[in-house]
Amino acid sequence: MSVKLSERDKGILAGRDGKAAQMAMRILVRMAEVCDAAELMDVSAAHIDGCGLLSQTSLEFAETLATLGGRVCIPTTLNMGPLDLQNWRQFGINEDFAAKAIRQAKCYTDMGCIPTWTCAPYQGYLTPRFGQQIAWGESNAICYANSVLGARTNRYGDFIDICAAITGRVPKCGLHLKENRKGQLLLRLIDIAPAIMQSNVFYAALGHLIGSVAEDKIPVIEGLGIDASSDQLKHLCAAAASSGAVALFHAIGVTPEANTLEQAFGGTEPERVIDITLSDLQKAKSDLSTVAERANLDLVVLGCPHFSFDEFRELAKLMQAQTEKGKTLGPNVRFIVISCQSSYALLQRSDFLDVLTDFGVEITLDTCIFHTPMVSGDTKVIMTNSGKCAYYAPGELGVQVAFGSMAECVRSAVEGCVLREELTWKES
Amino acid sequence: MERILTGRPIVAGSAKGAALVSKEPLSFWGGLCPRTGQIIDRRHERSGANVTGRVFVLPQGRGSSTSSATLAESIRAGVAPAAIINLKPDPILALGSIVSDELYHRGVPIVVLTEKDFFSIKENDQITIEPDGKVLVCTKHSAK
Repeated sequence: MSVKLSERDKGILAGRDGKAAQMAMRILVRMAEVCDAAELMDVSAAHIDGCGLLSQTSLEFAETLATLGGRVCIPTTLNMGPLDLQNWRQFGINEDFAAKAIRQAKCYTDMGCIPTWTCAPYQGYLTPRFGQQIAWGESNAICYANSVLGARTNRYGDFIDICAAITGRVPKCGLHLKENRKGQLLLRLIDIAPAIMQSNVFYAALGHLIGSVAEDKIPVIEGLGIDASSDQLKHLCAAAASSGAVALFHAIGVTPEANTLEQAFGGTEPERVIDITLSDLQKAKSDLSTVAERANLDLVVLGCPHFSFDEFRELAKLMQAQTEKGKTLGPNVRFIVISCQSSYALLQRSDFLDVLTDFGVEITLDTCIFHTPMVSGDTKVIMTNSGKCAYYAPGELGVQVAFGSMAECVRSAVEGCVLREELTWKES
Repeated sequence: MERILTGRPIVAGSAKGAALVSKEPLSFWGGLCPRTGQIIDRRHERSGANVTGRVFVLPQGRGSSTSSATLAESIRAGVAPAAIINLKPDPILALGSIVSDELYHRGVPIVVLTEKDFFSIKENDQITIEPDGKVLVCTKHSAK
């Protein structure tokens, strides 16, 4: 099937807007054919994921587009990159790697992208609006933009994201179209105590469970509390988009396309109804750990997705409480928090940055532990409050992992071994 | 024995090679080493096999969209499969091949076959792929 092109598309394809736009349009048209899209459509914002991974191909692709004069034509934010551009020397990054990462970063900023360098773009600058058609990369951000904000994007990964940003066009298909956004699976939360539903760990565990059950279907959650915070939903999205390919979920009464069950399913019946009990969630939670309690701990990693200002504040409270008891970071434990410039700017204006640094926290910005080689080879066990980080760390970093709440991470870091809170997650 | 199957060209091109058959999807990101062409996902049924120069017959990719970059990187490094035969169009794998074609003028042809044809291909069958999506399958030693 051939793709119907607008006059502007044809002009770009003929080279009217330069060689970079021509190449971007050629790739988009070929992808529209793969996806059986009848035509292309406009998007009004983009978020680039392809800037994050450093491979020779990703660097050469970015350099080719930038050298050919590529410029984005819509507001375009950047996902985290492969390097903490200001502080990389503190983290022992190899010079060759850094030089290439800086070249890659410069290509994207030269093309007019906004140097946000964050995987939580929905908590910062240019947050998409309800119904806005966008081309976003980064799995957790795609899930958040579609589900929580009600913006519309497909899963745009490396390469196609910048093609969309340069041309302002994408294949018209998938989640851009209302008819493809209906719920498919109904997940009912059964008898989950409100205290558990308020805990942050609940959201990561639920996300992990939803991703494993839903794979690439659209799940609808019934029973989620209306007061879920942005950070809690962030952790739900990140975990669901790791264990599965969830790009959109609905939560009745919580997310904007699901005021009612009928609205969420668009008048259709669920393909399956699945009940989720506390024991399912406990199993999901323990699935995310590969080590037992009391295991020796080398490193705590928080900020996957990037730490918000609110999370910094919560962490500072926990650390302040330890400091007041005369306790501090264990002698053989590192504590890394990953964040972005915009949250850090707020942190610098707060009165608790010193609490964190006095405790021994290392803060890295613009990047993540999976994309920059900052975890040393002798690191055996890491602990995190992120379902996404816990899911990927064993395979990507070759480490054992413990998943727990932020409070558990802080206590464990003090004691130098993995500890659990007594009170949380007991059967009620 | 030679058979001709009619497929849908997802990324058009010509290729020849021996079939490497997987019944299970594979995430190329974290599943395929782009420097060696080896399948490194330890839980995968073809873990340890090398895709270089083979016609990789797998239902589809899986998971991360970073698989596009892994496929493109393996093409750049010269360790990619000769071609890929899928059961369902996979935009993530297609993108990796298309980008490599744009950058290096070297793509990996990708063809989608019907379920019956897809499952008729056996390990080590000699496969020839033509730009229009035709797939010639030659079984060297018929199993008796």
